[in-house]
Amino acid sequence: MAKIPLSFTVNGDPVEVLVSPQQTLLDVLRDELELTGTKEGCGTGDCGACSVTVDGRLVCSCLMLGVEAAGRSVGTIEGMASADSLHPLQQKFLEHAALQCGICTPGILVAAKALLDRNPDPTETEVRYWLAGNLCRCTGYDKIVRAVLDAAADMRATHSAA
Amino acid sequence: MQEKVRDLPREPEYRVVGTRPIRPDGVDKVTGRARFGADLNMPGQLVGRVLRSPHAHARLVRVDTSKAEKLPGVKAIVTRDDFTDQASEFVPAGEMLINYRDVVRNVMAREKVLYEGHPVAAVAATSPEIAKEALRLIDVTYEVLPHVMDVDDAMLPGAPLLHEDMITQGVTPAPTTPSNVAKRVEFLLGDAAKGFEQADIVIERTFKTAPVHQGYIEPHAVVASVAEDGQAEMWVSTQGHWVVRAHCARLLGMDINKLRVTASEIGGGFGGKTVVYLEPLALALSKKARRPVKLVMSREEVFRATGPTSGATVWVKMGAKKDGTIVAGEAILKYQAGAFQGSPVGPGCMCAFAPYDIANVKVVGFDIVTNRPKVAAYRAPGGPISGYAVESVVDELARAVKMDPIDFRLKNAAREGTKAAYGPKFGPIGLVACLEAAKKHPHWSAPLGKNQGRGIAAGFWFNIGGETSVSLSLNEDGTLTLLAGTPDIGGLRASLCMMTAEELGIGADKIRPIIADTSMLGYNFLTGGSRSTFSSGMAAVEAARSVIKQACARAAKLWELAEDAVTFEDGFVKPAGENAGKHKPMNLGDIAKIAGKTGGPIVGTSAINAHGAAPSFGVQISDVEVDPETGRVSIVRYTVVQDAGRAIHPSYVEGQYQGGAAQGIGWALNEEYIYGSDGRLQNPGFLDYRIPVASDLPMIDTVIVEVPNPRHPYGVRGIGETPIVPPMGAIANAVRDATGLRLTALPMSPPRVLAAIDAARAAGDKSLKVG
Repeated sequence: MAKIPLSFTVNGDPVEVLVSPQQTLLDVLRDELELTGTKEGCGTGDCGACSVTVDGRLVCSCLMLGVEAAGRSVGTIEGMASADSLHPLQQKFLEHAALQCGICTPGILVAAKALLDRNPDPTETEVRYWLAGNLCRCTGYDKIVRAVLDAAADMRATHSAA
Repeated sequence: MQEKVRDLPREPEYRVVGTRPIRPDGVDKVTGRARFGADLNMPGQLVGRVLRSPHAHARLVRVDTSKAEKLPGVKAIVTRDDFTDQASEFVPAGEMLINYRDVVRNVMAREKVLYEGHPVAAVAATSPEIAKEALRLIDVTYEVLPHVMDVDDAMLPGAPLLHEDMITQGVTPAPTTPSNVAKRVEFLLGDAAKGFEQADIVIERTFKTAPVHQGYIEPHAVVASVAEDGQAEMWVSTQGHWVVRAHCARLLGMDINKLRVTASEIGGGFGGKTVVYLEPLALALSKKARRPVKLVMSREEVFRATGPTSGATVWVKMGAKKDGTIVAGEAILKYQAGAFQGSPVGPGCMCAFAPYDIANVKVVGFDIVTNRPKVAAYRAPGGPISGYAVESVVDELARAVKMDPIDFRLKNAAREGTKAAYGPKFGPIGLVACLEAAKKHPHWSAPLGKNQGRGIAAGFWFNIGGETSVSLSLNEDGTLTLLAGTPDIGGLRASLCMMTAEELGIGADKIRPIIADTSMLGYNFLTGGSRSTFSSGMAAVEAARSVIKQACARAAKLWELAEDAVTFEDGFVKPAGENAGKHKPMNLGDIAKIAGKTGGPIVGTSAINAHGAAPSFGVQISDVEVDPETGRVSIVRYTVVQDAGRAIHPSYVEGQYQGGAAQGIGWALNEEYIYGSDGRLQNPGFLDYRIPVASDLPMIDTVIVEVPNPRHPYGVRGIGETPIVPPMGAIANAVRDATGLRLTALPMSPPRVLAAIDAARAAGDKSLKVG
């Protein structure tokens, strides 16, 4: 089947690629744009390792066709840190040792950021349910949840100080 | 040879060990930079796909690839004809053994397919679509045979035979007819029959456990490239790239030096990435196609064709006196091996009663083949299964003698000098310290709510050492580069830098750790057996001491002193005493500057077989709440107490405790394979094979007990595996406490718990506690 030209933005930058109609957004990001920070753990939307945002909404990029991203704004792990510093969530994940092997980490960070964008002051239970779609087999989630709550507290403090 | 530069520093003197610096590979992992198995592409790379058997058991009559070969874009196809048969030879794989005769048959079926998902062909093509179409065009003729999935069924006379020539080992006289029982093992201490004669109370129970998958989030992935002259390179997600190199060289008939293997960042392994699946196929395809070939498993392939650990039937009988002394223990363990022999029944037997000082023990194990994927190591392989059964019976004994379950365990706990049923006398061990810490923990005395119960269980793992090689180079500016060869799955690089930095009197950030490829160091056995911080740490310390010795020699040369007139203290080389004269102390940066003039670069190396690994004991407390309407068991509070020997980076020790407990919670409550009567797996995905998610778990409290291992320079024991041993027993005991019912099968999933409650209600069982 003929390839389709696809234009969208990734982490604020415009991109243009030729994609197959059956390629998922995950395939397009990883295979066409070499943005391999987004991971494939299952391909069926169950593990959350491929979490990205599309126009600010959290999605499993393995469940969305690449062509559906046309004209939209996609956010991936590669766009999370700014030029001069890590995002507070990234920093807190390091400080809390909230990762072991690290394969789920990009998806969890993207998902956690989407949570804090909506709810800057989540409870532990809210964090646990929001991240229930992101599997981690190494940590038992304890340090992940603590890191998210700590990052949220820091971001609230920074926000109110500003 | 180990250089003794100075005595082991006392704990209060540690500057780095025991602190919590940010791990050196951390930023790469939170920014998406870290490259895992599937993240590398080579120029000209082809896409590989594997054709797998839809049948659980069938004779492989014919594999016709002629149509697929004609499809444009198909560059290579391999089948059983592309692999030379191998003689029977067992080699170590973590704590388990594998046999090359079986490995070659597991990576590509030969005479028969033995499980659904067994590979029958592999294709390399220019696109995924073409590769997929090529698989469709391969014509396979099967002669379907009856299959057997359960160990008890597989042991029955007349059961379908997986291997028509399999004669049970370990039985005298040897059986004259083949069976599915590969091996019988036995461990004896004292006289179990006489021991039971002294018992006032004897309890025996039979337990069933389901096979469970390691569940690493990263599927297996490999890129292989074989050049025309036979030189090859491979990028792979593995727990041991030297081991992968050895297996692949053997299966492909290559010289070992021709194959250079780089370990990618690894997205979880838990024992499941200690063996080869795709790697020999990728090499064989690349050799044929003369182009790099990438193979990545789908999650479905991971479930159908890799891992898991054994499901089992376990019978346990234990006897105690009224005063709470356990006088005898006996167990029969029947472990599924999957399609080829090699279940972890041996370690299962050895772990069974290890936490207890029992005079009379008899443990018999059977290794049984069934039409399932060949089992692979899974975190403390074999231990959690026997541990679950024994800890359940220990709980019942404590109830029968009306003792607190911690006091009962303390009365019988293994201590320094206890002779374990599997042979050795224990050195200094931390079980008593863990039980005492658990007793003092506020969790143990906290009140429980309605339909809630509390359980406790102990656990043990041996831990191993093994062949290890590192290299430590002093750079021109006084910083260092450390090459290690055991893949880092959960913080190893941080721990290695910390121990090295402690030796050198510098900050851990002055050392850049690299997991070297197989061409850069001597042989390294894999990351398994909780050995990497222990063994690579021991080697790194030795390499650091060598750097210090060389630094002292260089200063001695410069100062025109004898080498023994120069000493190293707190990061500085200096004259050993007044008589040596006044020379300004030099740090490693100063030494680096004079290195060229005083003899050349300074590199410390270590190549050892690390001895002295010491067991880690642990205790876990679980509170559960049982919903009597649905049978759902929720974990409401959880505490892990474990002896680390010494926690180099406490955060990553806690992480191992929490992660092991979480995997055990999944094993206890949810995880199981569901096969249809056709022998096909019905839940090969994370939706239906449900591992614990964040909303299933509470915070997991941890207590690090430190009883240093006297045979490691920093007292390290392995700590990664023990945490998965106690959870199933602790949770089953908590369910018993909450409901009054002893469940004897895993997982304790809602339908199973509800059925037990309903049956107790129907029978008017007075022990039923839930409302």
